[in-house]
Amino acid sequence: MSRPLKTAAIAGAVATALIAQSQSAQAGKKEKCFGVAEAGQNGCAAGPGTTCAGTSSTDYQGNAWMLVEEGTCLTIELPDTADGKMRTPSLEALDRDLPA
Amino acid sequence: MSVTQTDFRTAILDSDLNVPDGLKDAQGRPAGRRFDVYRNNVAVSLTEALQAGFPVVFKLLGTQNFKAIAGVFLRRNPPSNPMMMHYGAEFPDFLRGFEPLSHLGYLGDVADLELALRRSYHAADCETAGGDVLARIPAAQLETLRIGIAPSVEVLSSPWPIHDIWAFNQVKGAPKPRSEAQDVLVTRHEFDPEPHLLPPGGARFVAALMTGTTLGKAASETTVQVPEFDLSTVLTLLLTGNAITTATI
Repeated sequence: MSRPLKTAAIAGAVATALIAQSQSAQAGKKEKCFGVAEAGQNGCAAGPGTTCAGTSSTDYQGNAWMLVEEGTCLTIELPDTADGKMRTPSLEALDRDLPA
Repeated sequence: MSVTQTDFRTAILDSDLNVPDGLKDAQGRPAGRRFDVYRNNVAVSLTEALQAGFPVVFKLLGTQNFKAIAGVFLRRNPPSNPMMMHYGAEFPDFLRGFEPLSHLGYLGDVADLELALRRSYHAADCETAGGDVLARIPAAQLETLRIGIAPSVEVLSSPWPIHDIWAFNQVKGAPKPRSEAQDVLVTRHEFDPEPHLLPPGGARFVAALMTGTTLGKAASETTVQVPEFDLSTVLTLLLTGNAITTATI
């Protein structure tokens, strides 16, 4: 027979969780970052037989994303493009570095 | 056609076997080496499916090893279903039982996590209950509360740091894996599943909720096994992950 956890303890834990949720702990959250993944390293949770998994075929492909810590996507530094233009990451899909 | 499907399938997966007799092309010539093209296509496409489904295992093993191991697996476990999105369900057990990999004990458990993420992605949608539903329950009735868990939620428990290993290989800037046992909760907050590290005892607790155990019983049984069990952290993860569907007294 297990010792029942006191009602107060459960109520306290529920209250703590509700507060934590309302503060919507931003820490540890991820954001999708477009245009930063190397070829074949983009994120996609759908798996084989779908159209997205690990299928980016060029480095920093603009319409492929990977998960990064929230708030860090736009700070990622990328090498310039072959014609010397600056490459920047984005929270939305980009139309640069698309496979031919 | 004079070749049975069983003969055809067996020969596709075993290149030591002869090309089944009776296979002919449109001009009536024997299939011969053309059959090898099919053999190769089947093996390559299933290897690619495994690579797409288990990107972390692929990274951990490297291209050469992964391809060799996938080749053994796909011949023992060809698809049992035309939906490739679920292919490889036996891969974790296969990795655990594959002698040459016995020194990498965590591989099977990491594969379990990758499979759980895929199941979560493809799980049914459902309405979730926000925190206000829990907030309305009188404190005295929390013990007997039953919490419904969304079908996209998965829990795993491993003696290895599976969460850290996954993150180290999938999330830019994630720290090196700690040396510890880890429980993981997979939630699908919006459209993409995400693994979260649970405090010790967390997997046991959520699994109890999933089978309809009351909040009070699930919490006290977990505390008996894991005295330091942190109930509020687990409830926070469930709430922030949109994992709760119903709260019934």
